[in-house]
Amino acid sequence: MSILNLALKSLNNRKTTALLTIFSIAVSVALLLGVERLRVEARNSFTSTVSGTDLVVGARSSPLNLLLYSVFHMGNATNNVTWQTYQELADNDAVAWTIPIALGDSHRGYRVIGTSGDMFTHYRYGDDQTLSFKSGEPFSDLFDVVLGSEVAATLGYDLGQKIVLSHGLESAALQQHDDKPFQVAGILEPTGTPMDRALMISLEGIEALHIDWVNGAAPRPMLAVSAEKVRQMSLEPSSITAYFVGLKSRIAAFRYQRAVNDYAPEALTAILPGVALGELWQLVGSAEKALQVISVMVLVACLVGMLTTILTSLNERRREMSILRSVGARPWHIFALMITESMIYGVAGTALGFAILYGLLFAIQPVLQTSLGLHIAVALPGTFELVLALVIIGCATVLGAIPAWRAYRNSLSDGLTVRL
Amino acid sequence: MPVIDLSNVIFGWGSAKPVLDIPELVVRRGEKVFIRGPSGSGKTTLLGLLGGVLTPSAGHVRVLGTELNSLTAVQRDHFRARHVGFIFQMFNLIPYLSVLDNVTLPLSFASDRLLAVQHSGRSPQEEARRLLGHLGLTDPTLLERPVTGLSIGQQQRVASARALIGSPELVIADEPTSALDFDTRSAFIQLLFSECEAAGSTLLFVSHDRSLESLFDRCLSLQDINRAVGEVH
Ligand SMILES: Nc1ncnc2c1ncn2[C@@H]1O[C@H](COP(=O)(O)OP(=O)(O)OP(=O)(O)O)[C@@H](O)[C@H]1O
Ligand SMILES: [Mg+2]
Repeated sequence: MSILNLALKSLNNRKTTALLTIFSIAVSVALLLGVERLRVEARNSFTSTVSGTDLVVGARSSPLNLLLYSVFHMGNATNNVTWQTYQELADNDAVAWTIPIALGDSHRGYRVIGTSGDMFTHYRYGDDQTLSFKSGEPFSDLFDVVLGSEVAATLGYDLGQKIVLSHGLESAALQQHDDKPFQVAGILEPTGTPMDRALMISLEGIEALHIDWVNGAAPRPMLAVSAEKVRQMSLEPSSITAYFVGLKSRIAAFRYQRAVNDYAPEALTAILPGVALGELWQLVGSAEKALQVISVMVLVACLVGMLTTILTSLNERRREMSILRSVGARPWHIFALMITESMIYGVAGTALGFAILYGLLFAIQPVLQTSLGLHIAVALPGTFELVLALVIIGCATVLGAIPAWRAYRNSLSDGLTVRL
Repeated sequence: MPVIDLSNVIFGWGSAKPVLDIPELVVRRGEKVFIRGPSGSGKTTLLGLLGGVLTPSAGHVRVLGTELNSLTAVQRDHFRARHVGFIFQMFNLIPYLSVLDNVTLPLSFASDRLLAVQHSGRSPQEEARRLLGHLGLTDPTLLERPVTGLSIGQQQRVASARALIGSPELVIADEPTSALDFDTRSAFIQLLFSECEAAGSTLLFVSHDRSLESLFDRCLSLQDINRAVGEVH
C-alpha cells in the first residue's frame, strides 16, 4: 500500500473534517480566482468603453474632465465646440469618421445625447462591438429617440412610447420640453458602458428643442415655436459638446491631437481615451486592490484553518503513527504521510475551487451579459490561474511540513509506545 | 549465532534510575521464549530494546548478529521492518484499514518480507487470508470490513497475522492473549508456534498467563535477569 493510498484511506476515515477543510479551501480559491477574473474583465470592459475611438475632442479642459463628461456623461462641459470648428476639424485628411455629441438635456435622471446616425455605425465598445438594437432602429424622424437598455428597462418604456425631455440635468425643478414630445424609435442591447444609461436623439432634435429658447430660458407662450412649425425650419446646430474621432491610421493620432490642441480660433483639448481611461482606472481601481487583498486573506485564513485541523488531529493520531512505525514505517514515512495529506487538501481544494468558479461562471455569465452587459469569458485557466493553483498547492504542502515535522518528532520520541 | 544477545544492558526512562539492568540474555535461533514479570517491571521496555525502538544507555544489544547500537535510527527502523514482527499489548490496528489491508501493511514497508511472501507463490492477500484462516477468521465479508467492527479478540488475531506475514526472523508478542478466550487462545498459540516453526522464526512472548508457560521451550522471569529494582506497581 502506497503512502498516497494510506493517506487517502486515513482521510476517508475523517471524512467530515476533511471535506469541510477541502471545501473551505475550495471556496477561498474560487473567491480569489473569481475576484481576479472579475477584476480583469471589469478593467477590460472599463478601458474599452470607447474602444474604437482614437481621440475625443472637446473644449479646453483637463483630460479627465473631458473624459468624464464626454464618455461617462458625468459633470459638465466648461464650454462648447462651435459647429464651424467641428466641421473644419472633422474635414482633416487623417479623419475617417467623427461622432458629434451634444449634452445638456435629460430625462428622469438619464442623460440625453444629441448625436448623428454615425453613432450607430462607428461607435465601438468592448471587443470591437457596435451598438446593436434589441428592438426598433436608429432615429430617423426629428422627434425619434433611442433608449439605452437600462433606461428602457428601469422606466419600462417600449417602442412607440411618447416621452418628454427636460432641460438641464438636475432632477429638481426642471423645465420640461413638453411642447415637443419624443417617440421611442429603438432600444439598445446592454453594452456594459454608459450608453446603457443614455437617451439618444439627433442633433437636429436638440436644436429643435431649443430653437425658441433665449439665454437658457423657456420662451414666452407667444414666442413659442410649435413642433409642427419647427420641422420647416433650418435646424443646423450652432455648437456641440464634444466629438469622437476615428482615424484612418492610428499613427496619425498624435499629429491630430497636436493639430487640435494648437487650433488657433478656439481653445480645444484632444485626448486619447485609452490612455485617459487607464489613468482613471488607476483612480477608481483601488477598490479592486482591496478586494484582492481580502481574498488573499481569506485564502490564508483557510490554509491556517487546514493547519489547525491537521495539528489537532495529530494527537488523536499519535497511536496510529506508533502502529505504523511498529509495522515498519520509518519516521520519514510518517513525515511523507502527513505532507501527502496536506497536499491532498491543497490539490482537492484547488480543484474543487476551480470547479466551483467555472460552475458559477457558466451559471451567471448569461445573467451578467444581459443585465450588465459585462461579458465574462469562460476561458480555459490562463497562466495566472495555473500559477495561482501551483502556489496554493505549494503553500498547503509547505504548511503541511509543520504538522509533518511534529508527527515525525512524536513518532521518534514515542517509539512504539502506544499512547492513548 | 544467537538471535538475541544482550550484555550489560542498562536502560532508564529519562533521568530516573534504570528500569533495566541486564547482565546477559541469550536467545537461540528457533527458540520459543516465555517472559513474565509484574506489571511495570519493564517487559515492554525490554521488547522495545530488542526491536531497536529504544537504545540502551550502556551495553550491547545484538539481534540476528547485528549490533543495534551501531546502527543509525533509520537503519534500526529498516532493520525492524525487515526482521521483526510485533504483536502489541492492545489497540494496535489501523482503524481505517480493512482487515486484509491491516495484515498486509508491513509488506509495503519491508520489501524482504514481501519477497518472502511472493516466494511462497501466494499474493499478499492470499497469504493474509491463509494466516487469518488459521486463526479462525474466515468470513469473507469480515475481511473486507474496517477493523473497528471487530471484537477485541478478533483484533488481536488480526494483529498477530500481521506480525507473522512475510515470515520475520523474530516475532515479538507483548501479551497478545489477554483478550482471548480459552479455545481461541489455544488456536492462537498453535498458529503462532506452527508459523514460527515453518519459517524458523524465533518467538519472544510476554504474558501474565502462567498456564501457557509449559508450552514454551524456555521461561524467563524478568526479575531474575534484571538487576535493577523495578518500580513495581
Ligand atoms: N514512554 C515512557 N516514558 C517514561 N517512562 C516509561 C515509558 N514507558 C514505560 N515507562 C516506565 O518504565 C517502567 C516499565 O514499563 P513497561 O511498560 O516496560 O512495563 P511492563 O512490564 O510492560 O508493564 P505491563 O505488564 O503493565 O505492561 C514503568 O515504570 C513505566 O512507568
Ligand atoms: Mg507491558
